[in-house]
This record gives sequence, C-alpha cells and structure tokens, in this order.
Amino acid sequence: MSTTSEQLADLSATTLLRFATAGSVDDGKSTLVGRLLHDSKSVLADQLEAVEAASLSRGQDAPDLALLTDGLRAEREQGITIDVAYRYFATPRRRFILADTPGHVQYTRNMVTGASTAELAVVLVDARNGVVEQTRRHAAVAALLRVPHVVLAVNKMDLVDYAEPVFAAIAEEFTTYASELGVPEITAIPISALAGDNVVEPSANMDWYGGPTVLEHLETVPVSHDLTACHARFPVQYVIRPQTAEHPDYRGYAGQIAAGAFRVGEQVAVLPSGKTSTITAIDALGESVDIAWAPQSVTIRLADDIDISRGDLLAPAGDAPATTQDVVATVCHVADQPLAVGQRVLLKHTTRTVKAIVKDIPSRLTLDDLSQHPAPGQLVANDIGRVVVRTAEPLALDTYADSRRTGSFLLIDPADGTTLAAGMAGDAFASATAPVAAAQDEEGWDF
Amino acid sequence: MTTVTDVHDTDSPFALSHLDSLESEAVHIFREVAGEFERPVILFSGGKDSIVMLHLALKAFAPAAIPFSLLHVDTGHNFPEVIEYRDRTVEKHGLRLHVASVQEYIDAGKLRERPDGTRNPLQTVPLTEAIQQHRFDAVFGGGRRDEEKARAKERVFSLRDEFSQWDPRRQRPELWQLYNGRHAPGEHVRVFPLSNWTELDVWQYIEREGIELPQIYFAHEREVFSRNGMWLTAGEWGGPKDGEPVVRRTIRYRTVGDMSCTGAVDSDATTLEAVIAEIAASRLTERGATRADDKLSEAAMEDRKREGYF
Repeated sequence: MSTTSEQLADLSATTLLRFATAGSVDDGKSTLVGRLLHDSKSVLADQLEAVEAASLSRGQDAPDLALLTDGLRAEREQGITIDVAYRYFATPRRRFILADTPGHVQYTRNMVTGASTAELAVVLVDARNGVVEQTRRHAAVAALLRVPHVVLAVNKMDLVDYAEPVFAAIAEEFTTYASELGVPEITAIPISALAGDNVVEPSANMDWYGGPTVLEHLETVPVSHDLTACHARFPVQYVIRPQTAEHPDYRGYAGQIAAGAFRVGEQVAVLPSGKTSTITAIDALGESVDIAWAPQSVTIRLADDIDISRGDLLAPAGDAPATTQDVVATVCHVADQPLAVGQRVLLKHTTRTVKAIVKDIPSRLTLDDLSQHPAPGQLVANDIGRVVVRTAEPLALDTYADSRRTGSFLLIDPADGTTLAAGMAGDAFASATAPVAAAQDEEGWDF
Repeated sequence: MTTVTDVHDTDSPFALSHLDSLESEAVHIFREVAGEFERPVILFSGGKDSIVMLHLALKAFAPAAIPFSLLHVDTGHNFPEVIEYRDRTVEKHGLRLHVASVQEYIDAGKLRERPDGTRNPLQTVPLTEAIQQHRFDAVFGGGRRDEEKARAKERVFSLRDEFSQWDPRRQRPELWQLYNGRHAPGEHVRVFPLSNWTELDVWQYIEREGIELPQIYFAHEREVFSRNGMWLTAGEWGGPKDGEPVVRRTIRYRTVGDMSCTGAVDSDATTLEAVIAEIAASRLTERGATRADDKLSEAAMEDRKREGYF
C-alpha cells in the first residue's frame, strides 16, 4: 500500500465481505483475481518481483498476474488450479476474504466449498462465448448454496470491441436463468481483466455502462441484514463450569449464534429435549450485554439448572424448529469414494454428530441443464443429488433456505473420517421452475 | 467488542466490525476443538501470532481456565526477551508448558547443525516427536493463509498422518463452519484459528485489546549486521562472519523466530500506533521482508509443510 491519508483511514473498523469466484482459467479468472489484488494495491513489492521473475523465466514478456494466485507446485507445472485458495485484501471501505475456486468441470465440490461461506459470488464469462454450460453450472451452484448476491462479470470485452449489444444479450440471458433458479440479486458488469476495464478503475472504453466497477460493487453490497426477521438459533458448543472459589456456581453455555438475535429476559427452548428456561445473562467475550446476534460468539446463562450439553440447540420458546430423524436434503458429494443407498455414515449438524444411514437416493441432478436422473443408486465425486437420511437421534434441523448455518450438515465416513458429502436440508432451489422439472411427488421435491 | 458506531461503512444495527467477525470465528474454532478433542495443545513461541491465539483462547473459556496446555519448540537461538515473556505469561495464567528443545536433539546427536546455522528447518523432528510422545490430537498453530502461497490452500482443520505429514490432496473440503476433526489413532489435526487474519488484523487486534508484547517488536537500538539484505542480530548462533561488519541501528522485528533467520527492519516505531501505521504503509509482505528461510525456493513452504512443519 502507498501511504496516503485514505490508506490510513483503512485502519478504522470496517465490515468484512466473504465472496467467491467461479470461472475457468480460460475465462481469465486468475487474471481478474490478480487484477483485483494488484489494482487495490494489495500486492506488495516482493510478491510482484517474484511474479515478474517467474514470468520472465518462462519467456513471458509481461508479468502474468495469474501467477499471483497459483500456489502449489503441481498447479504451476500444469497451469491449473486444483483447490480452493483464500485471498485477503482491503480497501479503505471494506475488508475482503476471497474464496478463489477453480471452475473446471470436475471441481464442482471446490465451488460448493467456496460458495458455502460466501455472501457474494462472482461468475465469470468470456464475452466471445457468452453463457455456456459451465456458466449455467456456476449459476446453479450459487443458487443451490443460497449465495445472496451474484455478480456476472462479462470478461474480455476488449475482444468484442467493447460492444454494448454483446454485453446486454449475455446479461439478459444469465439474469433470466439465474432468476428462475431463485438467485435473489444479480448484477452484471462488463469488464476486461487483462486491460483493467471496470475491475477497479472505471472503463474509458465503455461509456455506455453507467454501473459500478467490480470493486465498487464489492465495497457497497450490503453484508448484514435485518436479523430480527430471522429465526434465532444457538447451537451449544461447550459448557463452561469453572468450579473455582471465585465462580463456584457459574454455568455458561458457550457457542456462536447461528442465526438471529437473543436477548436477556427471553424465554428459550432447549432442543431436542424441549425444556424451557429464561436467559439471565449474555457474556460477549469479556463484557455483559443485553442483546447479541449472529455471528457473535457468546456465553449464555439460564435461570434454571437444566441438563444441557454440547450438541443441544437454544431457540426462542415460541419459534423453535421441529426435531426430526428423517432428513430430506440435497447433497454435493465431495469425496473420492462413492455414497450408496444403505450406507452407514455420521451426520454432523451444527455441534451435534449422530449416526445415520442413507435410506434413499431418489435422484441425481445434472447441473448443466438441471435434468434429473431417478434412482442413481449411488453418488460419486462432484455429483449433486437428493438423499433421504435416517438419523439415530433427533436433530433440530431448519431448512437450508431458512438458515444456511442450521440447515447445512456434513456426511462423514465413520471408518476413516472422510467428509463424504455437504448437505442442505429441504428444497434445492428457491423457485420450482427448473427447466426440466419432473412431476412433483408428494414429498415436494422440486426438481 | 466494538460498538456498532465504530463500523464506518454501514448503518446496519447488526453490523460487526472485521475484528469482531474474526474474533468470533477464532473463538468458535477454539471451542469446537475443546468439544471434540481429548488432548489439544497450543503451539506457543512468544511471537505475536501465538500471543494473540492465547488471548483468544483465554476469552473463549472465561471465567474458566483454558482446557489446553502449551508447547514451545525451542530452537536454542531464541531472543532472551521472548523466552522471558513466554515464562512470565505461562506463570501469570497458571498454564502448563511443554518445551521441545532443538539443542537437546543436537547434543544427543539426533539432529545435525546446518552449515548455514539456520535452525528453523530443524524444528520439525522435535515438534513431531513431542506430538507423538504426549499423544496430542489437536495442535493449534498461529499460521495465517495470507502469509504465503502454499498456506492459502490450508484448511482451518488440517489433517496430519502419524508422521505429521501434510498431503494437499488428502485435505478434506471445509464447508460452512462445519469442521471435521475425525482422525485415526496416531493421526492428529493442526488447527489454525487465525487462518483468515492478515498481519494488519493481528496488529489492530493487539492494539484494541491492549495485549502486551515482547519489546523486540518495537523500535530499539541493537548491534546488527547485514546478510542477504536483512539485519540480523549478532549472536553465538553463527554471526557475524568475517566481512560482515557489526553496526548499531534503530530497528524492530516484524516477526519473531530463530535469531539466525529472523531479520529486523529499520524503524522508529516505538508504539503500537506507530507500528500499525508503518505496516499499513509497508511495501513488503511480512515473510518476504524478514524470513530468509522461505526464500530458499519457490516451493520451500510447500515442501516443509509436507514434512510436518507448522
């Protein structure tokens, strides 16, 4: 960073935006990410020198910004990206955590991983090719993971003479498609990552575009929403009982608020037991507060001495989730070994891990065209499918649409601990207008 | 916690500042490990990242004591100020400290001194054996993903085999905030609560929380000599050599590690505020400026991680 008063303003508190990128090397994704880091002055002199040296040694005449982000030797040798990488940059207005995910077809699981914690996803397309199968796949993953904001970055505008009609047609096609999948907010931006148009600096070549640059949009998109409208949820992580002379009777339930807000004086239910009590105190890492909200880590104390342990969930007494042992969900399969009907697994939901069995895999979904394939029998790496899982103990499970944190779960192989699948309870998409939707059965599956 | 009014880019009543978000996430990680593991340990060197880790752990379990012990892999070339700080901190919080000593391994003939005098790469064996000996199943490290390109792909929960090896292809996808810590007997999990913090975040947090640091992080006069473009401290570890003149300069350290490979920077910053302003204006990343051992090759860190390094 150069030191200006603006840069030092950077030192005051800002919010943090977590976002993910999706797109392939051919679309110029590494160049876009490199450009964001470079033009926001987040690339420092020694990193740039290393990139320049590496570019020169390969006979490239200009520094290859993509090299800023290729981390592992195998990737550098093969010129591919094989895993999610996390990058950090800041502007005076906001801090950013970028989950940089490879967009190649067999890396669906990486994109799902990156999108799982993202508030925003940038989907990249090549202006010359427009919306292709892979673009539809990226839109579907963003919709499936309920990423609140999606940016369509139409790249390589310099190669189509910065022509507005080219951009407008791609933007319209993508917006129509993603809206049908229920993506709540879509912003399309024409860019050239290589030349720098509309990434950080406004483009002089596209007067016809009046919207924000990619970075301006990242800086201004809302990151926090009205939590009072959410169902409040608090998974208990750990019970704090000092049992010291100073604190002989302290019993606090430690955890991170998963959704909504909790107040002192509020009546809460403990799930799955259903017992109720009243919040007497909230300790917010060193200070006592009257209200706390997601995603704060706090310790909650209750009026009654009831049996509560790790894995239990606190919720407002009048707004508690139902408990269930029959989980119907969409999963993304993330392991090399398959997931089959009848398989015994562990299911990790919030702070609770229970034994479970895969009762049924009703369908597998092809993300390119959203067609579904009934009764595949098993799911393999990068498959997206519907599953029915029976758990050994009741879970206080929300739908993923209601709460990304209390509606998500992992399926784990009990034998070696491998994470098999990432699950999202309830319907797959926000809207049921998938292009190749089969007739809905009584379970209400919507693809 | 900061109050809402401190967050200047939003008027939402529910906004969290970036430091509050990061703090909340780190505390969640500490509590997750306490809930799921039998024998966790915090790697504590007396450097700023491990000091911040310890501070977060203390907050996560207050008013109770932290349910972990500490482990320091001592290269034998540590700054005396840092060792003194380490011991004082351990005593103050009534913690249990394990020390794995590189010097003892060298004295016993189990490790050989490198020709360049650098002992950082020698830490891997004592660390691995201490983990095996004490049967630690979760090992907290202060590593951050912004430090180095190989670390950018590191998980928060990083699975290691019985030889402590890191296999990038065996790492589990990490989704939402659901950390999978299952492991076979003999394996362990390295846990990085500061994964998403940057150097600047760490310093700002130290300032906000009023955390005390060893004095070598602040500008002071010291006898140093130049090697590989860095100011190194003269000492018994193998410097200066002939032709490396010793000079007195006003310097400070940005990272604290083995004296043989931790370089100082010219600085007049004697306060946290001044240090933060200097870092914000810096044109060099933390390791690039101060760590000789990461410059060995483009893939240096990746190779050492595979072998079980931090």
